[in-house]
Amino acid sequence: MSKPLKQIHLAAHFPGVNNTTVWSDPKAGSHIEFSSFVHFAQTAERAKFDFLFLAEGLRLREQDGKIYDLDVVGRPDTFTVLAALAAVTDRLGLTGTINSTFNEPYEVARQFASLDHLSGGRSAWNVVTSWDAFTGENFRRGGFLPQQERYSRAREFLATANELFDSWHGDEIVADQAAGTFLRDAKAGAFVHRGQHFDIHGRFNVPRGPQGRPVIFQAGDSDEGREFAASGADAIFSRYSTLEAGQAFYTDVKGRLAKYGRRPDQLLILPAATFVLGDTDAEAEELAREVRRQQVSGATAIKHLEFVWNRDLSAYDPDGPLPEIDPDLGEHHIARGRAQVRMYRDPLATAREWRELAAANNWSIRDLVINTGNRQTFVGSPAAVARTIDDFVQADASDGFILVPHITPGGLDVFADTVVPLLQERGVFRTEYEGTTLRDHLGLAHPDAEAPRERAAS
Amino acid sequence: MSSTPPAHLHLAVALEGTGWHPASWREPVARPRDLLTAGYWADLVAEAERGLLDFVTIEDGLGPQSSLFPEPDERTDQVRGRLDAVLIASRIAPLTRHIGLVPTVVATHTEPFHISKAIATLDYVSTGRAGLRVQITARPNEAAHFGRRTIPRIDAYDSPAAQDAVADLFDEAADYVEVVRRLWDSWEDDAEIRDVATGRFIDRDKLHYIDFEGRHFSVRGPSITPRPPQGQPLVTALAHHTVPFRLVARAADLGYVTPHDAEQARAVVAEIRAERTAAGRAEEPLHIFGDLVVLLDDDPAQAAARRDRLDTLAGHPYTGDAPVFSGTPAQLADLLEELRSAGLSGFRLRPAVAGHDLPRITRGLVPELQRRGAFRTAYEAGTLRGLLGLERPANRYASVA
Repeated sequence: MSKPLKQIHLAAHFPGVNNTTVWSDPKAGSHIEFSSFVHFAQTAERAKFDFLFLAEGLRLREQDGKIYDLDVVGRPDTFTVLAALAAVTDRLGLTGTINSTFNEPYEVARQFASLDHLSGGRSAWNVVTSWDAFTGENFRRGGFLPQQERYSRAREFLATANELFDSWHGDEIVADQAAGTFLRDAKAGAFVHRGQHFDIHGRFNVPRGPQGRPVIFQAGDSDEGREFAASGADAIFSRYSTLEAGQAFYTDVKGRLAKYGRRPDQLLILPAATFVLGDTDAEAEELAREVRRQQVSGATAIKHLEFVWNRDLSAYDPDGPLPEIDPDLGEHHIARGRAQVRMYRDPLATAREWRELAAANNWSIRDLVINTGNRQTFVGSPAAVARTIDDFVQADASDGFILVPHITPGGLDVFADTVVPLLQERGVFRTEYEGTTLRDHLGLAHPDAEAPRERAAS
Repeated sequence: MSSTPPAHLHLAVALEGTGWHPASWREPVARPRDLLTAGYWADLVAEAERGLLDFVTIEDGLGPQSSLFPEPDERTDQVRGRLDAVLIASRIAPLTRHIGLVPTVVATHTEPFHISKAIATLDYVSTGRAGLRVQITARPNEAAHFGRRTIPRIDAYDSPAAQDAVADLFDEAADYVEVVRRLWDSWEDDAEIRDVATGRFIDRDKLHYIDFEGRHFSVRGPSITPRPPQGQPLVTALAHHTVPFRLVARAADLGYVTPHDAEQARAVVAEIRAERTAAGRAEEPLHIFGDLVVLLDDDPAQAAARRDRLDTLAGHPYTGDAPVFSGTPAQLADLLEELRSAGLSGFRLRPAVAGHDLPRITRGLVPELQRRGAFRTAYEAGTLRGLLGLERPANRYASVA
């Protein structure tokens, strides 16, 4: 009991282009109009959240060789919408997912440094990698990167971007009008990077932003992804939102920090979490069942089965029994542009298990998909959800959560209005922002404070 | 082509740091320490909007500003360092309501897929006020920032090798604009259907692969961003000679040119119109704006003296690609009307000192033009295309019913 209470970090994930997001609900608004982003961001800021989070995918998903049409499709450009949100918020952190495969360090560093200036130090970068030729078809180089090199490119991309951020110290601009001296240092921004993936040199043209560098997020879960996070990320967007799995992940990743000379508090673990709130726990359970049914229409259930079966199952009735035919074990060709398909490593076993489950419970295809799909992370009354979140964080299963509402843009409102005040009453969530930058909110030091930089003699 | 009375001319302002004169940052009004803040840009654009201007452009580049063409200098007496222009425009968009926002984008080392969705998004966050100004870079040092290709150093602009290299970069820019435009059209306006009965969010027959294949890149599409509010945000380019004139004629809705008098203006307009016809686009509207650097004061001698003072601070007389005007707002109004009669439909003014000359444009020149019946007295349209009298274009992929 002597351990001090941990402060919880909370973030808001704008609802994404997958079936978590319920677009068919009458309350569901636009996923592309700026007014939806404004509502969502201002709700998060009103609730004193640490940051808003945007995902990104650079090619529309396909299934059976056709653009997937059952989920929300379409989203804005990440940097551009975050810069606009900086105008309608004051303290909220702005986290964007930016791919290290289909971008170049000079341009991405320019954009993040600019966003950091334009938001007064609120930018963060969720570094993701991809390698597929499918996405590459939208870019100059095509699918140029072997899968096994994607983390080596990501690591070098981040290191190179850091060199660019660090190429200005932050004190070069003196702008002495009388003396006619604008810059203190004629070589401000000079950099040279020679590596396997990038061989670049010259002068970076965006002076250092308020945070020095954007806050760095990492989302991959493989061993390589965890090492990448331990070596250089400030936070992990993780997927482990049950207590035991969360604690195991937390211990594993925090344990990897020492070999990089880092302390456990220098890397935050923030799992994604969905929620359904009701006046009572029973009402919330009922609502949660309804939401899961909305999330899995008959058509969605068939498509979901196709990820495992790797076959066109459009002839099957979603309200009928599971297919008797076995999955196609050949190269996966059904779904492209999404990560989900890699979750089923043994499709034959999954199919067998699902048939048994369906038979035992008398489930149709749709029932099966609803019941085997992810249940919402938090279901209950505001008091129950606040307690669960607090317990989870105090038990070192995470440092907070990235909440993913299922309704755009109002899905966060009820959480902000009911759960946040209870967390504040428990003394585990801020009632006012204490600092102005995202680093301040997350308790992360400015990079210059962590590693005092040598200044060239001047 | 225009819904505004033909007697009206169009006005834009080109924003570049503290102004276009290299010594502008030393003026007391200049705010050089604020250049990296949102507030600085918000104030400038608010002033431009107060003057009912059609749009602002925002300069950018993929390397440090330099007084030397082919390489960076090591000067410490001029403004160095800048912010990304698309992000400045986006940061300002929610703070303004009417004025168009036209950031510079460099085609040479960037991805048309990224820029297409960025400008589409700027159009969403500004509810229909986005455009872009496309630029190439032939600077070898900027190529080295990307490390993807080498661009040979150009020592003599008029050598055949240099001309070929530049022509190639402009051809790439034309392909780039083509991809950006196709991606904007890759979603039909009514592609989002939210049909609960069939469970479909979109009608995928209304999304289109663009399948562009060119010498420099191939792009499959569709965009990840739905068609922007204007359908096609405004595409603009600055052009000084035949090769870029051709880019304007083939790819743009609006070109900026730099004639020094009415006779040159007539010749430039004729050449671009001929290229437009050759490109098979004679029927499509095309604005041609004259670019001028301006120093404005109530008294011509005052403006001339200010120019001398700035030149002295800079150590040399300021010259650039565009003509430099110094004088009174009324004198500038005379010049603009004369140039307009040579076929220019508007002007992009480059304030020599942003903090001084921009307010002289909005509070001096604009009222003068309004008195002459040559400029709007209120914003008459909700989109940038609307302000310029351009229709919202049909989608190239939509099947005609």
